[in-house]
Amino acid sequence: MNEHLKKKLLVLFLLLGIAVVFGLAQGSVHIPLNSLLLKDNQVIFNMRLLRILAAILVGSGLAAAGIVLQAILRNPLAEPYLLGTSSGAGLAAVIAVILGVSRIYMPLAAFLGAVASIILVYSLASERKKIADRSLILSGVIVSIAFSSIIVFLVSLFGNQALHEMNWWLWGSLQVYDWQLVLLVALPVALGIGVIYLFAQDLNAIQLGEEEAIHLGIDTQNVKNILIIVTALITASLICICGIIGFVGLIVPHMMRQVVGSNHKALIPVTCLAAAIFMVICDIVSRTLFAPVEIPIGVITAIIGAPIFIILLKRGQKVQ
Amino acid sequence: MKPLLRIANLSAGYSGEDIIRGVSLEINAGDFIGIIGPNGSGKTTLLRLCSKVLRPRKGKIYFDNKDIFAMDLKGFCRKVAFVSQDISTGFSFSVMELALMGRIPHLKRLQFETRKDIEICEKALALTDSLGLKEKIVNELSAGERQRAIISRALAQEPVLLLLDEPTAHLDIGHQIQVMDLLKKLNHQNNLTIIMILHDLNLASAYCNRICLLDNGNIFKEGQAEDVLTYKNIEAVYKTVVLVNTNPVTKRPNVVLVPKEI
Repeated sequence: MNEHLKKKLLVLFLLLGIAVVFGLAQGSVHIPLNSLLLKDNQVIFNMRLLRILAAILVGSGLAAAGIVLQAILRNPLAEPYLLGTSSGAGLAAVIAVILGVSRIYMPLAAFLGAVASIILVYSLASERKKIADRSLILSGVIVSIAFSSIIVFLVSLFGNQALHEMNWWLWGSLQVYDWQLVLLVALPVALGIGVIYLFAQDLNAIQLGEEEAIHLGIDTQNVKNILIIVTALITASLICICGIIGFVGLIVPHMMRQVVGSNHKALIPVTCLAAAIFMVICDIVSRTLFAPVEIPIGVITAIIGAPIFIILLKRGQKVQ
Repeated sequence: MKPLLRIANLSAGYSGEDIIRGVSLEINAGDFIGIIGPNGSGKTTLLRLCSKVLRPRKGKIYFDNKDIFAMDLKGFCRKVAFVSQDISTGFSFSVMELALMGRIPHLKRLQFETRKDIEICEKALALTDSLGLKEKIVNELSAGERQRAIISRALAQEPVLLLLDEPTAHLDIGHQIQVMDLLKKLNHQNNLTIIMILHDLNLASAYCNRICLLDNGNIFKEGQAEDVLTYKNIEAVYKTVVLVNTNPVTKRPNVVLVPKEI
């Protein structure tokens, strides 16, 4: 690892630390930082800490998943939900509500729905054990549209209160109260990011083209299969706790490519950290902007993310 | 002498139809072979077979007497490297990062590059005269510089056989000669065996010790430039009338195009 990268990572760690402290201090209820650690405020402290952990998890997981899909599909617009996970999870959750399944099982339903949609997209796209990039993107889009319309159909047919509550879910939320669930999700996400990092150099080669990667001794089909499954598991796990949060997996990798270049050995750790910071900040904004009303986090990421994205795009055009 | 690469009765193609139809060819260590032929004659398909990207329908390819399709891919890539026409990528890598990708076949999954790998890459960059470009971004290089960077990556694999698919296609004549001279130098000094697809018959004539003329998935004629690049062979395969005289410097055949309308 070179010195430049070490410095950048150090700066990002510091920023993350600051964001975390700030996140603990801010909230709909104002409590001075020094009294936050008192026993009386422990519940609030724990709640905030859990949210921040969830934000870090979501940010780094979605960013890593986004990087992988952008690299293997060689498409800068690829994002984690491309594989139909979001609508699959959404549909399963809606069906669970209609069937009157207890709220405790919602994450499980969402996870199963996400996995089911990935399997569907994957099998639609594969032909003779090979996955063509374009058919993967197209099947993802088709499955998403089909599932989304079934969601709307079901909501309009059974439009009850519970379904309106689903809204938080479709725009994402970091309101998590269950330590065990967060830890359960943290495991596959952290492992997944680790696995992705091990494939950093393979991703570099695959970015140059599938045949180029084969010429460098990489079993491209195999690597692609492994990485698609890993990203799908990360996304499906995260959907359980936070619903659908757009833009993070798309813009943070792009921003960081401008900073450290396309080398995945640097890009993956830097982007994961930056995305974690981005999510912690977005979460603070969503909690405090119109407190005590909480704005869905997906709205904030889009409102903050879209202008940044446009600026980067315009700058990129000028460079070219 | 036993051949380095032996192509035996090879047939292959895409979705049922054969593009390569029973090709046999032996390449010896130290050869500099040019593969020529009209569009669709199977040049690229033949090279894709030799680089293990495509599997044949029939026949075998032996590298050092080993069936390449039974060889481990990484092991194969430590011996055989490939250079494409150009790499176009929307993503930005430095020349050094590109060269380091050439070390992939030499490293295990959990292994990071060592000082030795970096030295090998620097040596490869020095050979192609691109050490000064080390920190430059590949996308921002000129086509000639980029081609040299791509060749450096292939050299970082430390291959004994180099396959090239029209490496001069996008280059002006100055850069064409530069790249061909570089390959000739590597062929001579580093004893690198070279198989390359060329469109320019005169470049093939000037640099290759053997030329293989493909027509419709078969070898029409194979041998030295004088035997292959005759007006009869060229007219039969390319359906074009040409004049062939001698290049006064290289004493090799020189193909002159003859326009029908002047």
